[in-house]
Amino acid sequence: MFRIDFNKLRFLVCDDNAHMRRILRTLLHSFGAREVYEAEDGATALEMYSHYVPDIVITDWSMPIFDGLELAQMIRQPDGVGNPYAPIIMLTGHSEKRRVMTARDAGVTEFLAKPISAKGLYQRILNVVVSPRPFIRTKSYFGPDRRRNTTNTYIGIDRRNGGKAEILQQPSLLDKARSPG
Amino acid sequence: MAKDTSNDLKVETFAEHQVITQPNPFRKIIRRVDERNADDPVTRAEEALAGLSGEFQGWMNEECHRLACAFETVAKDGFTGPNREELFRAAHDIKGDAATFGYPMAAIAADSLCRILEHAPELTTVPSDLIAHHVHAIQAIVRESPRARAKDTADELSTRLRRLADEFLIAANQNRPEHLEAVLAPSIVPGD
Repeated sequence: MFRIDFNKLRFLVCDDNAHMRRILRTLLHSFGAREVYEAEDGATALEMYSHYVPDIVITDWSMPIFDGLELAQMIRQPDGVGNPYAPIIMLTGHSEKRRVMTARDAGVTEFLAKPISAKGLYQRILNVVVSPRPFIRTKSYFGPDRRRNTTNTYIGIDRRNGGKAEILQQPSLLDKARSPG
Repeated sequence: MAKDTSNDLKVETFAEHQVITQPNPFRKIIRRVDERNADDPVTRAEEALAGLSGEFQGWMNEECHRLACAFETVAKDGFTGPNREELFRAAHDIKGDAATFGYPMAAIAADSLCRILEHAPELTTVPSDLIAHHVHAIQAIVRESPRARAKDTADELSTRLRRLADEFLIAANQNRPEHLEAVLAPSIVPGD
């Protein structure tokens, strides 16, 4: 069984509903988190994202200015100003399968449908901390591997083609993002 | 978080995609503990949430007030873009919050209202009372919740509203397969 030192994690919570932000803050503090930054719209969240460099983002979907989906897409810009690899947990009242797929295709790491529970939130955080997935870059996608199934039997339209070509080593974008200036 | 100095990325390039792997940036903050470890963060968080519960009724009343105001604006000025948006947001927040606040039937009625606002081809063609009934039902469920037998009534009310809304949406979306599929698709929330 794993435990996380929450007091070493920095969270950014984005929800336009003040009650939900209070609940999230309460839950995260109870888990042991000390640093929880809050934004009430996507634009403020993006600004805080590049300023505070959070380790994990928890965002609602429906929000003013720009929504959680657009926030995820902006964070997942490989050449953006912040760390494009941070885990994004989408916490939303939307609970249809097509919404989950849309969120996944925007680069969201975990999806959590409201009503929120302490167990559900903890489990999502545990997933992203203990078992981070590799990132995939294609012409139309940059984000965590959308395949949860490790078998190689998928034959749908988005099946990846091509054998291994080469392995490139490059400096960490995460380090670049965290370095001042 | 603890500084991670060795998180160089490994990039594997394939014909149509790259796989980018970095050492787990969180590995220094993960501890393996015994199964019998008494310190359960989930229990702690549930207790903290219970400590907040004294505020839930007031918060729910605020959400209902917001919904009523949004509906009043729609009734007065019609379904302009911003009016529809505000009504949807108010209903959607109740859909997401109400069960946490102890009003699960209000969440079901609010979900039904969200489906109408999202999937009706033209909001002006929605039977005039259908939206009003949803708003009034949500208010009544919250207002009457302390009363004996209120749960049964709330259950029946929200179930009937959902049935009426679904009947309307299925009939109205016969030529809109995407919406019809969304209306008929099951929720991913367990127990819905």
